[in-house]
Amino acid sequence: MTVGKMQMMSRNARIALLLLAPAAVLLVAFTFYPTVATLIDSFHSTPRGRRPAEWVDTQHFQAMIADPIFRQAFINNLIYAAVIIPASMGLALTMALLVNARIGGQAFVRLAYFTPTILPMITVANIWMFFYAPDYGLIDQVLGLFGMGGNNLLGMPGTALWALIVITVWKLAGFFMIFYLAALQQIPPSLLEAAALEGAGPLQRLRRVILPLLMPTTLFILINAVIEAFRLVDHVIALTRGGPNNSTQLLLHYIYQVAFSYWDTGYAAALSVVLLGVLALIALVQFGILDRRIHYR
Amino acid sequence: MNRYTLNVIAWALAGLWVLPLLYALWTAIHPPVYAARFDLFAPLTLENFIRVWNAVPFDRYFLNTLMLVAFVVVSQFVICTLAAYAFAVFPFRGSDWLFMLVLVQMMVMPEVLLVRNYATISQIGLLDTIPAIALPYLASAFGIFLFRQAFKSVPKELDEAARMEGAGPLQVLWRVYVPLARPTYLAYGLVMVAYHWNNFLWPLIITNSVTTRPIAVGLQVFSTVEQGIDWPTITAATLLSIAPLLVAFLIFQRQFVQSFMRAGIR
Repeated sequence: MTVGKMQMMSRNARIALLLLAPAAVLLVAFTFYPTVATLIDSFHSTPRGRRPAEWVDTQHFQAMIADPIFRQAFINNLIYAAVIIPASMGLALTMALLVNARIGGQAFVRLAYFTPTILPMITVANIWMFFYAPDYGLIDQVLGLFGMGGNNLLGMPGTALWALIVITVWKLAGFFMIFYLAALQQIPPSLLEAAALEGAGPLQRLRRVILPLLMPTTLFILINAVIEAFRLVDHVIALTRGGPNNSTQLLLHYIYQVAFSYWDTGYAAALSVVLLGVLALIALVQFGILDRRIHYR
Repeated sequence: MNRYTLNVIAWALAGLWVLPLLYALWTAIHPPVYAARFDLFAPLTLENFIRVWNAVPFDRYFLNTLMLVAFVVVSQFVICTLAAYAFAVFPFRGSDWLFMLVLVQMMVMPEVLLVRNYATISQIGLLDTIPAIALPYLASAFGIFLFRQAFKSVPKELDEAARMEGAGPLQVLWRVYVPLARPTYLAYGLVMVAYHWNNFLWPLIITNSVTTRPIAVGLQVFSTVEQGIDWPTITAATLLSIAPLLVAFLIFQRQFVQSFMRAGIR
């Protein structure tokens, strides 16, 4: 490195650090410090009244292993994520391809797909509650036509989680569609024409040309989908509160309950550490494995 | 697949996707007896809207939400722009590493840290205030990432030309980079407006009075299952709460989608 370049770098560093200062202060205060503090809290008891927090070693984590609600929440969240991520992304891509193909009433169709994105989950949940209501709810009325009525879809442990999954997929697919649509419209038509000239059918063009070009978008959406799969619990609070029988208990909702209903912040911190661990693991896999296959420009 | 099949699939999906909204509209403009009965000639009424408007301090909730959203979006624009400018234009030793550290915020979203952040907000005495709802979201990694991408695509020559004329770093940012990144600002801004208009869990925890609660939290009174479900009231409240956003989106939807495309978010 020449002396000139070194000076340039240090001048850059001075300006950059000034520019970064506001973001850095906020990130430290609301992301890095709380992450570390949560880790420390997870090895301490919950302070109560005048009794301060004490070091309790791995007591919270041992309790967690024995806690059937935690185990249920963990498994539920994995099922929730494993269904929501591919389903919402697949639907988003389908919607984007449909809207991108010349169909009638394109503007309306696009708007229809997108509406759930701008509706608050909490109020949307209220509307869906009506669809799911036993006997007079829309879905049960349809099932009734086939002699299968009388289901309380949100009230039965076997169906409640799936009822919530449907709402989440409905909510997310339209949002992800916009990203796919933006990417699709930037594929040069000449590329697709060239592929068609060489005799590639629609499916081949999709697999060999479109999907590879959409890979950066797919990664971006995937990150968002993972985040939502562990973040979106508004409808759990509105509709089931984790019930019936903990069948819709999700990690973040359980953390919320333990912290703000039972006020057991020590145990809540330990639960948060698990959620942080899951997210860190997913981040490593995403950036480590997937990034190698994708070429950003 | 031929054109006809594509149209059928596209419209069937679209129908399914707006069904909840259509249902809400149906129930809200009819008397309660028609909540689950679909009769084309049912009498229309605005009674439900009037009842809801009087039962809930909607005007106050709207005001709170507007203040919150304005505060979040303006602060994010300033904070994320400065940070993104630093990463895109002033690389220094370790800046790549620092950028990776910023991206951590994308995965470790404020919701995961709500227990600790609640304690922090309480320590600095901001419990039950609008800035408290906004603070954890202001240094958005998503925003920094997007603005950095936009700034990186600005031709170096424009930057150099402005510097030749004697513009300082902030003047260059304001005159060259920000105007060229306008589609990104629009797309990001709209996503953030929708996000914070609808955000629920953190505002629910951090606020507890009418003067600070945003609309999404204020509406929660209607979703208490215990007191029997009053569908017309719920749906009328829902429609009222989303009306401003829905109208804004209907007006701006073309610009919205186009700005996404021009922003090259992908």
